[in-house]
Amino acid sequence: MIRATHELHTRRKGRNLGLGLILLAFVGIVFGMTIVKVGNGEDVLGTGMVSKEASQ
Amino acid sequence: MSDASLHSIARGTEPELRDYFALLKPRVMSLVVFTALVGLLVAPVPVHPFIAFVSILFIAIGGGASGALNMWWDADIDRIMRRTRKRPIPAGRVSEGEALGLGLALSGLSVMMLALSANFVAAALLAFTIFFYVVIYTMWLKRWTPQNIVIGGAAGAFPPMIGWAVATGGVSVESVLMFALIFIWTPPHFWSLALFMKSDYDDAGVPMLTVTHGHESTRRHILGYTVLLAACSLGLAATSIGGPVYLLTAAVLNFRFLVGAWKVWNRTTEQAEADAYGEEKRFFKLSLWYLFLHFSALLADATLRAFGVIGGGA
Repeated sequence: MIRATHELHTRRKGRNLGLGLILLAFVGIVFGMTIVKVGNGEDVLGTGMVSKEASQ
Repeated sequence: MSDASLHSIARGTEPELRDYFALLKPRVMSLVVFTALVGLLVAPVPVHPFIAFVSILFIAIGGGASGALNMWWDADIDRIMRRTRKRPIPAGRVSEGEALGLGLALSGLSVMMLALSANFVAAALLAFTIFFYVVIYTMWLKRWTPQNIVIGGAAGAFPPMIGWAVATGGVSVESVLMFALIFIWTPPHFWSLALFMKSDYDDAGVPMLTVTHGHESTRRHILGYTVLLAACSLGLAATSIGGPVYLLTAAVLNFRFLVGAWKVWNRTTEQAEADAYGEEKRFFKLSLWYLFLHFSALLADATLRAFGVIGGGA
């Protein structure tokens, strides 16, 4: 069973925090990209669907 | 990562985040970022700043991924060579399996994300760069031919081409010439270093031109490539991304580089040893400035063009 107080968790704290921050940054990047692409009216997913403003 | 990690714990060498970062060869990444950024910024098509940032980031991660895969494959020779002995795998901080996993995962991620942020051409070029560096160079040619540096240089030459493709979605004479500039610059840059560095490559069984063909042949090669490089560099001045700053920079740098290569070619190993390889060291140092200033000049002309100080180019 994994105990929260295990010495391994203390030792890996820096690494886990760093990885957490990287994952958060990745989420931010994907979110930002989506906002920019949709804002520009681009066909983000290659589905052929673009915003009404862009198609006009 | 569990098995390997448990072993490393037993040895008391817990890998830290910076060990994984070191697998990505951060110094090489900085060159990738710089040249890819210039390729992107000098292109005639404007890119949204956030898309530009994200694209450069994933080009850098793709470059880093190929560095990790290179360290995974070359772990055996990295243990032998002094220069590479402190890398994460030979130092025992990261296992080979972890490097392989990280390299593969980041390769896939970077290509996929570049396709989403920019376009499929840029993503395909990045995928090819990783494939070329890892499979063609690292696995196949590095230990087989003394021309390994020439071929390996191609991998390092792709970033400005990818940056250009991010903006334009294609390949053109400008991006091919930027590629050629780095590609042809790499051999004289690296061979001049090999002339004055007591090479570990010999012990590791990697054929280097200085060892397989001797110093005289290497000096000849340096001069030959430098002449070719000057032609390529001045050719770039005649394209749409060339301008007065680039032309002046290229003229001065190529003149100095050619004089340097001539001096390196025109002396024997005895003469070089007598002045502790002074000329070779000067040539090597100049080669670092050569590439940096060429790309900086391209950027300067693009900036002048953006502000309407100079015209639209050829």
